[in-house]
Amino acid sequence: MLRFRPFRALTVAVFMAACAAPIEHAIAQSADAATVKRGEYLARAGDCIACHTLPAGKTFGGGRPMDTPFGTLFTPNISSDKETGIGSWSAGEFYTMMHSGKSRDGSLLYPAMPYTSYTKVTRADSDAIYAFLMSTPPVHQPNRPHELRFPFNRRELLYGWRSLFFREGEYQPDATQSAEWNRGAYLVEGLGHCSMCHTAINALGGNVKSKAFEGGLIPIQNWYAPSLTSNKEAGLGDWSMEDIVGLLHAGVSNRGAVYGPMAEVVYDSLQYLSEEDVRAMAVYLKALPARSGDKPAPPSQAAVEARSDLAPLGKKVYDQHCAECHATQGQGKPPDFPPLANNQSIVMNSSVNPIRMVLNGGYPPGTFKNPKPYGMPPFAQSLSDVEVAAVVTYIRTAWGNHGTPVSVKEVNELRSAPLY
Amino acid sequence: MRNVAKLGTFFWSALFAFFSIGAFAADNAPLERAPDTMQARVMGCATCHGSQGQGTDNDYFPRLSGKPAGYLYNQLLAFRDGRRKYPPMNYLLAYLPDAYLKQIAEYFASEHPPFPPPSPVTVDSKTLELGKTLVTKGNATRNVPACVSCHGASMTGMEPAIPGLLGLHADYISAQLGAWRYGTRSTVAPDCMGQVAKLLSDRDITAIAAYLATLPAPADPVPVAAGSLKMPLACGSVHN
Repeated sequence: MLRFRPFRALTVAVFMAACAAPIEHAIAQSADAATVKRGEYLARAGDCIACHTLPAGKTFGGGRPMDTPFGTLFTPNISSDKETGIGSWSAGEFYTMMHSGKSRDGSLLYPAMPYTSYTKVTRADSDAIYAFLMSTPPVHQPNRPHELRFPFNRRELLYGWRSLFFREGEYQPDATQSAEWNRGAYLVEGLGHCSMCHTAINALGGNVKSKAFEGGLIPIQNWYAPSLTSNKEAGLGDWSMEDIVGLLHAGVSNRGAVYGPMAEVVYDSLQYLSEEDVRAMAVYLKALPARSGDKPAPPSQAAVEARSDLAPLGKKVYDQHCAECHATQGQGKPPDFPPLANNQSIVMNSSVNPIRMVLNGGYPPGTFKNPKPYGMPPFAQSLSDVEVAAVVTYIRTAWGNHGTPVSVKEVNELRSAPLY
Repeated sequence: MRNVAKLGTFFWSALFAFFSIGAFAADNAPLERAPDTMQARVMGCATCHGSQGQGTDNDYFPRLSGKPAGYLYNQLLAFRDGRRKYPPMNYLLAYLPDAYLKQIAEYFASEHPPFPPPSPVTVDSKTLELGKTLVTKGNATRNVPACVSCHGASMTGMEPAIPGLLGLHADYISAQLGAWRYGTRSTVAPDCMGQVAKLLSDRDITAIAAYLATLPAPADPVPVAAGSLKMPLACGSVHN
């Protein structure tokens, strides 16, 4: 085959040369348009826009601050601007960046850029994304230097980090699995970069492979990204396909809705994917092996006492402020008023999300499938720390929920968690 | 015999299965749905702004009802996109599309719940008098236009995008004027309200806020028609 390729290329070249110039141009453009369109779709799957665009800023102009435990990174301009964007990069240089985490000048990228996931993207898909980015209007906006503390401002450190946490290589299909599963795996592990949040990171800011998709606290942002494994306690084990697809595609489902960072992912990325692709992701996620992960520990004596102390006040607060929407038995009015009974995000080990929801409320994203979402009001201004701790303890332990009580201190600390 | 027994077992199992399916179906009967209304959708706003946007006792959560839809829509966009900074609002609106924010704005604009009783006077009579002068006449020597020149003689605002000033707490008004003055609240250029606020002193702001908060509910709460006032300044948020 290989031997014939140059010959074929030559034939095409001769044919093209023989054509009148305008026709040649038209052919090249129509091929490009399809690639650009595919690239736009893939860029949505990779959610490039979320990090590389300031809210209401110029698309792909970069400059969005990313607070990390090591300092603040500012995302670069990835528009087609030749001077301040990536307009003078080649497709090959773009692929090297995606695949190897190395910039055009050879410098190592900080892993806030999810190249540990993007390395799985195929060359053809990388080229399509590149073609799409080149087709977007140039944004002339110089990159802002990162503000990282010593020693993290030394990129040499990344050699060590990469040897521990980075395995370069495109996605290799698993022949024993269905095409749908493989498509899902490619999207989840590659462009979707789900593991960035849903796999815990250690003190060095690396994903722990053995804990893949078991969930973890997102540093600084202070939201808990839940387990995606098929674990029945904490993961997607007893979720129906329809509910997983609904959650990812519409932002709401009969089991719960997305808020916070996941609302952004659905808003900027997942709602734009085809339902088949979202379903493939769900197929893959639901097949992830169950691991103990987030299995709740048996409650301590102190926890049992805290529960009995706080629950009566909690029930009072619940009946007064929550029952109108979430119903007296926590069954909710799904999908718009999510159920709290048998809802993993309420009972999981980390109580960060339910506390934050009570304090700050939230709207799921407005999506093509759910353009007018219903919102949960914030209660930070009207309930005391004790009342919030009591009502969250109540919803974590009532109606057969097996969560642990939360303390007043936890509530108080989350009052200062960043919101935006 | 054994076959009959088997048949019997089959019969009973089938019957049991039938009823189990029935029970299962009952368990999974569609739950009550949320009401398909805007009022239910904006319950996220209600704890701070009231279910009809009438405001609450809290000084810093303003009344929304009856303000022009264009004004409310501009504010929702500004909060979502970070031009107006208040993290709890920025967070709530971050992922809501334009079309929906417009509907939310129209919902609150069309609500006309009663106004709260006027606030008691908390400043001395000289300050109150200064407030009244600035609101109704402005200060020509310092080029400060009267509030009423844009917000209407009865201060119910003007369509489509100039807000009414009644039914608000003095602390809210003074915080907003302060924010305009320092530039932490701004709007699209030309930022007329920013220009006016920068001409005001602390005492002016205290006086204006105190005076406005003591005014009774307007006889007709509806904003005046678009273009019916000749505004002294060009405003980027108002296309006229």
